[in-house]
Amino acid sequence: MATRKVWYGLSVVLMLASFASFATRGLNLGIDFTGGVSVEASFPTSANVDVIRTRLEGAGFVDPQVQNFGSSRDIAIRLPPSPAQNGAAIRAKLDQTLKSVDPGSQILRLDVVGPQVGNELKKSAIMALGFTLLLIFIYIAFRFNTWRLSLGAILAVLHDPILVLGIFSITQTSFDLAVVAAILAVIGYSLNDTVVVFDRIRERFHANRRLASALALDQSINQTLSRTIMTKVVTAIVVVALLFLGGAVLRGFSEALMIGIIAGTYSSIYISSAIALDCGLTSEHVFPTLKKAAADVLP
Amino acid sequence: MLEYARWKYILVASVFILALFFALPNFFGEDAALQLARKDKANIDAPAQQAVEKFLTDQKVGYTKTYIDSGRLMIRFPNVVEQLKARDAVNDHFAAQYLTALSFAPRAPELLRRLGLRPMPLGLDLRGGLYLLYQVDINGAVNQLLEGYEQDIRRTLAQANLPFTDVVLVSIDSTRPNGLQVSLPANADAEAVRKALVKPLSDLKLEIVTLGSGPAVQATMTPVQMRQRQDYAIQQNLTTLRNRVNELGVSEPIVQRQGLDRINVQLPGVQNSAEVKDILGKVATLEFRLEDMQNNAVQAAARGRAPLGSKLYKMRDGRPVLLKRDIIVTGDELTDARTTATQEGPGVSLKLDARGGDQMLKTTRANLDRRMGVVFIERGHETTTVNGKKETREVTNEEVINLATIRGVFSNNFQITGLAAGEARDLALLLRSGQLAAPLDPIEERAVGPSLGQDNIEKGVRALIIGMLAVFVFMAFYYRVFGLVADGVLLSNVVLLTALLSIMRASLSLPGIAGIILTVGMAVDANVLIYERIREELRAGVSPQSAIRLGFEKAFSAIADSNITTLIAGLVLWVFGTGPIRGFAIVLTLGIATSMFTSLMGSRALITLMYGGRRKLTKLPI
Repeated sequence: MATRKVWYGLSVVLMLASFASFATRGLNLGIDFTGGVSVEASFPTSANVDVIRTRLEGAGFVDPQVQNFGSSRDIAIRLPPSPAQNGAAIRAKLDQTLKSVDPGSQILRLDVVGPQVGNELKKSAIMALGFTLLLIFIYIAFRFNTWRLSLGAILAVLHDPILVLGIFSITQTSFDLAVVAAILAVIGYSLNDTVVVFDRIRERFHANRRLASALALDQSINQTLSRTIMTKVVTAIVVVALLFLGGAVLRGFSEALMIGIIAGTYSSIYISSAIALDCGLTSEHVFPTLKKAAADVLP
Repeated sequence: MLEYARWKYILVASVFILALFFALPNFFGEDAALQLARKDKANIDAPAQQAVEKFLTDQKVGYTKTYIDSGRLMIRFPNVVEQLKARDAVNDHFAAQYLTALSFAPRAPELLRRLGLRPMPLGLDLRGGLYLLYQVDINGAVNQLLEGYEQDIRRTLAQANLPFTDVVLVSIDSTRPNGLQVSLPANADAEAVRKALVKPLSDLKLEIVTLGSGPAVQATMTPVQMRQRQDYAIQQNLTTLRNRVNELGVSEPIVQRQGLDRINVQLPGVQNSAEVKDILGKVATLEFRLEDMQNNAVQAAARGRAPLGSKLYKMRDGRPVLLKRDIIVTGDELTDARTTATQEGPGVSLKLDARGGDQMLKTTRANLDRRMGVVFIERGHETTTVNGKKETREVTNEEVINLATIRGVFSNNFQITGLAAGEARDLALLLRSGQLAAPLDPIEERAVGPSLGQDNIEKGVRALIIGMLAVFVFMAFYYRVFGLVADGVLLSNVVLLTALLSIMRASLSLPGIAGIILTVGMAVDANVLIYERIREELRAGVSPQSAIRLGFEKAFSAIADSNITTLIAGLVLWVFGTGPIRGFAIVLTLGIATSMFTSLMGSRALITLMYGGRRKLTKLPI
């Protein structure tokens, strides 16, 4: 706990960097949010991205983004939303254009999303986040008797998605619905760690209610450290499996989870309890009745 | 001695056996299959089956088996390539007879299928198919109702000899039209008009207001009425879409409401969205109106304005025509429409409901030898370029498809002629599938090819197996025998989760598989908490058996609290999420529940069984 100012500083720097990137570069939002057309196509041999882009432009597609997807033979094409986008018409025109590049090409997936869908998704994603945090705040305050721990948990937990968003913004990785799911899962997992530490704090205070708060927190974190690291290693193992074997569709999802798990481990060790301490957490907050009972016994 | 209540052993064992049973069909997997349904909806019989078999053999398409399942022919294939080959061949050769749908048939033995045990249905991203999200125009539905009221007002006031200037749709304290305004001449008796309208507009709120031009009576719908009308519109759209989807002959389609004013349609195995959307999305309505014979349509067209009480339309060939504003019958009153052959070529034979029939009878009786127009209204989108920017607006294409002299008095049975053969068929199909109370717009469309689906399954399953193996090895290495126990518990957790998902018939998507993989990672957590606790107790000098007991007891609150907070996040996602998020949330939430059960009860039962009875236990392999 003595070094917590250093860790606060680090977190603040990281979060400021995230916000800065967020403000200047923004997120590379997927069509789930912006609307538009997203296509996956495969070619029998290596696909030449530049040729395909030129042909698409020649066929009248506005501002097509073409890139390799998964392998050199698979490509992803993205088109900005157009007012009269019609899946069938786009498919026909696209198929013709791609076949002109290579007759053996095939459209594997075609998504057309209207712009109105995206706006609502943004709203409901933010609503979901707000609701989650509120419910968790209430639950922790209820289980641990004090808002100080709730606040520590919520702030630590907010810290993680901000870092994930920051890194997604810096690397300009495509941000789609699956990434939102991953971020909410990250929140769940990060909380999981935080709550395990809190549980230990509760136990320390229960065993010795005169224990100095900073000491109790340090002890709790150290005693649960092997568990925290062990669990994270195992979760990381499966996420790595997803990252390398799950295919291109799950790449963003797995990356968000990976970043989130690392950030979550850090925040639940260094941030959540420290905030509770700075909010003036003492054993009395967790066990208010004990103090009263103890006072009665004193002569 | 370490003990564990017998009922808990029994509970754990029976849950596990039951779960194994329900999860079983998933291990057999599914075959790529093709489903054939006759276009006329009749059942396929054995001779037809043999004909198809012979055809496939002639075409050198490899199939494993064919069988008839509730009137439809199912053909199984060893792989997706043969399946696609067969579909193309059948579509080319039997186009007139059969509708084909790519599908999957469970490979599980007959016995399991008889018991109703089925594998988890696969999401569209895993099996290929078409996903459409429709926006229901609920404002349109409200407007339609208001226009009906408008007619009532005009008729009532005309009958009561009360003069009025105009009746228009208005928005009163609302962003969308929610009422009607009857403007009256300056010296009119507004109160008399209000009284006359109380009966026909009994549902609406009536009030007298003063406009610049004179008094007016306003009729507004209450918010409750608006909501009812909107719900009705969605319900009717759902029913209509279900009927239309059934006409497509797709296996296991899903049509469901999403949010306030959306409907999503999932069509597994369908690739060609053009055909589907033509049938699902088109909004065709008919309105029957009398021709306005007092005024000259050509003059009205030249002026660009229709005389009061009339509306200017165009015929198919572009000729202008004036029809009365009063609608005799709309598509709502239509109960059936089918193609028929008449002397004048193909036509559509129509049937109306009782109310429509009454109206038609009254009108035809009073207007013999006058002409009646049939307005075909179709909604779509049009893009225009304004100042270099593309803009889309909704366009309503109204066209008089038929203007025929009323030759006789008829009520609820009559024909429309003057259509081309293809038009007659399309029109009949669209009208028969029912009327849409509100027009539909597709706002999202996702199509996944079948080979990509196969690829996604393979990748997902491979990631699952390799991830699990890595965790198993790691746990066994780190916690030795206890690690192996944890591995057993993890495996049973996956079985339990699979069973639950199969029972719920929740469709499994790629994010769902990711959810299962994460559940494996997270389920380890509970075991780790318990084992670390046991190690701690052992280090503190507690005897092995007490350490086990204390480990489980002390870890409980941490496991419960930490899982419940994650559960909260999962449940919120479940409620707020749609599509991939929801699929992931379902698996995540159920996974937390099953992992709490397996690690708290299952692993305790197993460990107690292994170490509880040993009297001289001095060391634990942990």
